[in-house]
Amino acid sequence: MSTIVLLTLTGLGLAALYFLVASGLSLVFGLADVLNFAHGLFLSVGAYATWWAAGNLPGAGPSGFGFVLAVAFGVAAGAVVGMAVELVMIRPLYSRTIEQVLVTVGLSLAGVALLQATWGADPRPFPRPDWTQRVTSVLGAKVPNSGILLILAAALVLAALLGFLRYTRYGLVIRAGVENREMVTALGIDVRKAFTLVFAIGGAAAALAGALGGVYFGSVSPSQGGSLLIFAFIVVVIGGMGSVVGSAYAAVAVGLLQQFVNYYGTSGAGDICVVALLAIVLLLRPQGIAGRAATT
Amino acid sequence: MSEVVPILAVAELSVRIAGLHILQGVSFTVAPSGVTVLLGRNGVGKTTTLRAILGLTPRGGEVRGTVRMGDRSLAGEPTHRLVRDGLGYVPEDRCVFAGLTVTENLRLAERRGGSPAYDRVFELFPELKRRGRQRAGSLSGGQQQMLAIGRVLLNDNRLLLVDEPTKGLAPKVVTEVAEVLERVAVAVPVLLVEQNLAVVRRLASDAVVLAAGRVAWSGAADELLREAELTRSLLGVGVAGESHVPLSTPAPGSAALSSPTDGSVPVSSSSDAEVAGR
Ligand SMILES: Nc1ncnc2c1ncn2[C@@H]1O[C@H](COP(=O)(O)OP(=O)(O)OP(=O)(O)O)[C@@H](O)[C@H]1O
Ligand SMILES: [Mg+2]
Repeated sequence: MSTIVLLTLTGLGLAALYFLVASGLSLVFGLADVLNFAHGLFLSVGAYATWWAAGNLPGAGPSGFGFVLAVAFGVAAGAVVGMAVELVMIRPLYSRTIEQVLVTVGLSLAGVALLQATWGADPRPFPRPDWTQRVTSVLGAKVPNSGILLILAAALVLAALLGFLRYTRYGLVIRAGVENREMVTALGIDVRKAFTLVFAIGGAAAALAGALGGVYFGSVSPSQGGSLLIFAFIVVVIGGMGSVVGSAYAAVAVGLLQQFVNYYGTSGAGDICVVALLAIVLLLRPQGIAGRAATT
Repeated sequence: MSEVVPILAVAELSVRIAGLHILQGVSFTVAPSGVTVLLGRNGVGKTTTLRAILGLTPRGGEVRGTVRMGDRSLAGEPTHRLVRDGLGYVPEDRCVFAGLTVTENLRLAERRGGSPAYDRVFELFPELKRRGRQRAGSLSGGQQQMLAIGRVLLNDNRLLLVDEPTKGLAPKVVTEVAEVLERVAVAVPVLLVEQNLAVVRRLASDAVVLAAGRVAWSGAADELLREAELTRSLLGVGVAGESHVPLSTPAPGSAALSSPTDGSVPVSSSSDAEVAGR
């Protein structure tokens, strides 16, 4: 019993990480039709910026309010980098898919190389408040607090994103744009502003994943973003492009599947099952769980 | 109408898409009041013309020529700015946002800096008020068309581009849409693409006919419709006696709503034809 609880909660922790990366990826793809391979870079930026801030930013540190400040700095850095990538590299290339893929792939490679050149390829120990290193007893299972933190953060981000999409003007523009971008411009709306915003939101969410993932894994390394990105892409496809709720469901399914199969089967079998799940969803429901609607 | 300054002047408009030379030098003007109808057979390029005016030609398409609204050149301007400056667009096939509610569709259409005229829209389409919380995707075709027109009328426009608003609608709804457009055209000039000749007869003061990538005929709408032979050769339809294109003059009581050059249409009509009802 306690094993199942533990696997469920660690699986949800993983799901939270996937969701934070995938939600932005999904909105970017759904709205702007951009396959952003540089999205993993936003995660790395968040992780390294948080790590850097905890050591160097006045007021920030590895515990208490200082840690909150460090994470906030990391998230802000992710948002700024997301926005800059859209404005400088993606905007000149809208509806030129091949070039976009090349640019974003190149950018993510260059970003990883830059991080390596600056801070080395080896994992760096990540600043962690003490309480995140302890465990909480849930129904007999000793669950790491860092995992619970991830789950709570992802739930909060999910709620905030849904509220934003449903109740704000920009949320309305984004939902409509996911359906029919051209018609949004034909109503007199500059839809490109929404593109920039979605990149910023996606960058911020991925950066949060980077920061909290750093806490969860205890270290940060330049290649973390890339490996998470693959599963985030799978989550986006399973959940349906442009759907935040779909991403959430798919992230939970992928995280749990991976955790349980890796525990009860041979290690690595979980990843194969995830790919199998992807294939099944694509065969039965090519548009993903939630199709192309941004809210449902 | 030729002596007045047109609201829109299209000159030598040429559009190539995917290697096809769809428009090959189209020139016409739109009068500053009333309805100018753009006619032509299926696939001749009517929608392409409206979209080129709006800057919505798909990427890779090549647009040449000039489009002027008032004394301003529209070429190269981004679509959203043209619309914001008063060029309202009701697209073919309506294009309402299926996943959004009626209220959300309308809210989205509120233009920056204006005060949305919900009174006007709900007065014309009370149905939209009642169905505010319904998803636009679950509206009937006629209701979707009303939403598509309503969201444009939320704002003040200098010119409306309306693409086949009666396509695929039941006769009664065709009448309703025609009535609304008639009322709208009193205040705002309209460039209308319309296949239903009864609607054309009722609304249009001027007509432009496209054929083979060019303007084949332009002039007063009633002149075009009066000459059955001309209409047939340009549009491939007969004017009178065809059951699927019922014709009628506006009912006498509607004279106040009709455009200035109307009212002298000499073609006889049956009083219960699709558009006459009121
Ligand atoms: N994106 C495109 N790619 C290729 N061809 C196109 C494209 N858009 C339009 N066309 C072609 O251009 C021609 C004109 O199309 P358009 O939609 O303007 O016709 P239309 O006069 O509006 O016809 P209808 O009365 O059926 O609405 C058609 O032959 C169409 O196939
Ligand atoms: Mg058309």
